[in-house]
Amino acid sequence: MVEAIILAVLAASTPLLIAATGELVTERSGVLNLGVEGMMIVGAVCGFAGAWLTGSIFIGALFGIVAGTLMSLIFALMALGLAVNQVATGLALTILGIGLSGLIGAGFVGERITPAMHLHIPVLTDVPLIGRMLFGEDGFVYFSVALIVGVWWFLYRTRAGLILRACGDNHVSAHALGYPVLRIRTFAVMFGGACAGLAGAYLPLAYTPFFIPGMTAGRGWIALALVVFSSWRPGRLVVGAYLFGAVTILQLHAQGWGVGIPSQFMSALPYLATVIVLVLLSRARSGGSTAPAALGTVFVPDR
Amino acid sequence: MQAHQRTLDPMSNGQHSGDSPLLRTIGLTKRYGGFLANDSIDVDIWPREIHALLGENGAGKSTLVKAIYGLIQPSAGEIRWQGQRIVLSGPSEARSLGIGMVFQHFSLFDNLTVAENVALGLDGKESFKDMSARLEQVSKTYGLPLDPHREVWQLSVGERQRIEIVRALMQDPKFLILDEPTAVLTPQEADQLFIVLERLKAEGRAILYISHKLEEVKRLCDTATILRGGRKVETCNPRLETAASLARMMVGGEIKEVKAASRRKTTVPRLVVDDLSLAPAEAHGVRLEHISFELKGGEIFGIAGVAGNGQDELFAALSGERLSKDPGTVLIEGIAAGHLSITQRRKLGAAFVPEERLGHGTAPRMKLSENALLTGHAASGMVHHGFIHTAATLKAVDRATEAFDVRKAKRDPEAASLSGGNLQKFIVGREILRAPAVLVVSQPTWGVDAGAAAVIRQALLDLATAGAAVLVTSQDLDELAEIADRIAVMFHGRLSAPLATSGATREKLGLLMGGSSLEPKEAAHAVGA
Repeated sequence: MVEAIILAVLAASTPLLIAATGELVTERSGVLNLGVEGMMIVGAVCGFAGAWLTGSIFIGALFGIVAGTLMSLIFALMALGLAVNQVATGLALTILGIGLSGLIGAGFVGERITPAMHLHIPVLTDVPLIGRMLFGEDGFVYFSVALIVGVWWFLYRTRAGLILRACGDNHVSAHALGYPVLRIRTFAVMFGGACAGLAGAYLPLAYTPFFIPGMTAGRGWIALALVVFSSWRPGRLVVGAYLFGAVTILQLHAQGWGVGIPSQFMSALPYLATVIVLVLLSRARSGGSTAPAALGTVFVPDR
Repeated sequence: MQAHQRTLDPMSNGQHSGDSPLLRTIGLTKRYGGFLANDSIDVDIWPREIHALLGENGAGKSTLVKAIYGLIQPSAGEIRWQGQRIVLSGPSEARSLGIGMVFQHFSLFDNLTVAENVALGLDGKESFKDMSARLEQVSKTYGLPLDPHREVWQLSVGERQRIEIVRALMQDPKFLILDEPTAVLTPQEADQLFIVLERLKAEGRAILYISHKLEEVKRLCDTATILRGGRKVETCNPRLETAASLARMMVGGEIKEVKAASRRKTTVPRLVVDDLSLAPAEAHGVRLEHISFELKGGEIFGIAGVAGNGQDELFAALSGERLSKDPGTVLIEGIAAGHLSITQRRKLGAAFVPEERLGHGTAPRMKLSENALLTGHAASGMVHHGFIHTAATLKAVDRATEAFDVRKAKRDPEAASLSGGNLQKFIVGREILRAPAVLVVSQPTWGVDAGAAAVIRQALLDLATAGAAVLVTSQDLDELAEIADRIAVMFHGRLSAPLATSGATREKLGLLMGGSSLEPKEAAHAVGA
């Protein structure tokens, strides 16, 4: 029972973690891309299409990544190239993504694929309680953990990461020192798009083996909230993603156990938890600022 | 300081014994649309020289150094480095040649550490650890102490500038550009900077020193190039000039002397601040601590201090942008106003001119008449039953235009289209024409040309002569010495005891600005003076 819950929590948390990791990098470069939901849903439908056409989960995932990246390039063109308001562009991207996924996915509704294989190492995987958790997951779960560790290492241990953070803190200074702010931000946005696409693809490739329209169900928005929740730090992002996944799964089980609370309220619980944590965090905040100082501001270099 | 003299044309007198200039610009021109920011400028910079670049705001100083540092591409003309023509693709190329720059608005990252900030200004060929070690060594060698692990937002302005200078020095530059480095320093900090600059010069480096503080330039610089309206006016030896003759070249005419008429103080204070304490509203803001002062009619009270020591917070508390829990902390014309809104305070006879002209003092994309209405409606007949009386708003614009010689392209342009000096004249004029009892003004002549600055200072003096109480916050000590009766210094959210202007020497003010307290006896004496 406990094991089943933990496995379900891991599965529910993984797409949030992947998408939020991408958005964390994007926002650390100073760009607010509210189009995560749109990039995810396009990633989901393209990922499913790729897997259905080729029969390979791996190629499906690649399809998702490419689709998310292409979506993010639209955003980069508008918000960075043409210096359009980032909030408006991000919202438009989400609307576009939802429409596009419905169009592409119309022919795939009702189709099934074989979901991603779970790892199985004899003996280790069979260890009770933690065996399946540590050694019996699908590849996406392991990849998501490697991804966030890699992002942490990149941001805090490499010069390129330092430059990226510098762009997010003060793009005028970064430009004055000779860094190509817009090019760096474009790469950050593309990374965010690739992650969102992969996170979306995870849903039909590993979570449920079919595609339904709107199957991201607001996970993109939750990923955005998680980035704020984490105060833009990778470590807290992991905690936030698993906490959110846990609340989601627990409320499902609580409904199953017949707890005498309306199910609508239970379904709202994860969102309520997010709001409460955000309020608590903002109250506890003092001293150094947490958000990248240049987040969401338009930068036009003067030449 | 050795005052080595030389004639104006270094090529002819052999002073540089066979070397060529380190850097020359020949006919350097930068065009923005139809506007010539730099018009065919020739400048020669020699090794072992501190070369001043003088000019008013908008004269083209920043454009010229940006071109030399590779931040912008010149439209015409060329730059020669050690005799070779160079075309810079960007600042990193300029740095690799040996050109360093310390920016006026620091190019620092608040949420990164000192070491990370320095690393970002280097090419990244050495490891972070080696770089940190070298950083410590350079800062020790030049007497510029820095803690590499602190984040920039925790540091004072002087310390921030040290980061910029150390960062530039770590590239061992042959040529260092400093853009108004003393604008934000206390007099003592400026003196320390001059020692460093003299040393860099003795090491054979060249320095281009941008400033509009003429006394400083006379003291420090070997050569001065003066720009006006994008053109070079003159290259001269500043030590042979007077401050007045340099100012004439910068402005292109005489500047009116500001005259103070004799004033009579009212007996009753018009503005009283009584034990005002306020928590900061922003993450890196300053807490105001127990601020008290009294300001009588006919008096100008100056508040000096390095930027970011609580001046903005004090302005917000006085203007009503931030409310105080205790109404008695701010008294306007004897009425407790600490809890009153901006409009209510205006109705009591107060007027406010914030530091930031665009975005705070005016809405940039709105017309002047609309801006006049936005602050004037509380106290004059520009609105009838909720409808705007357009003729009255235009009249308000015309009155300010006439009284303060605001130059603009049409009768009622957008605020953002005016030059800094003209917009400031309009804002100050708008408030003064309402004949306020109390005027609170922050940085009245910041970034304003000398002519407009004189007009504004005279207007403040005239307003006090007419019986108003005027509170001026400024970082320009000369300005305060010129117009204020008493000066107090703000440091870390506290206000020092006021000094009579006659007894407020630069040294005393400098000590207070740096956070030292004066001897108790001395302070008491100055207040009594």
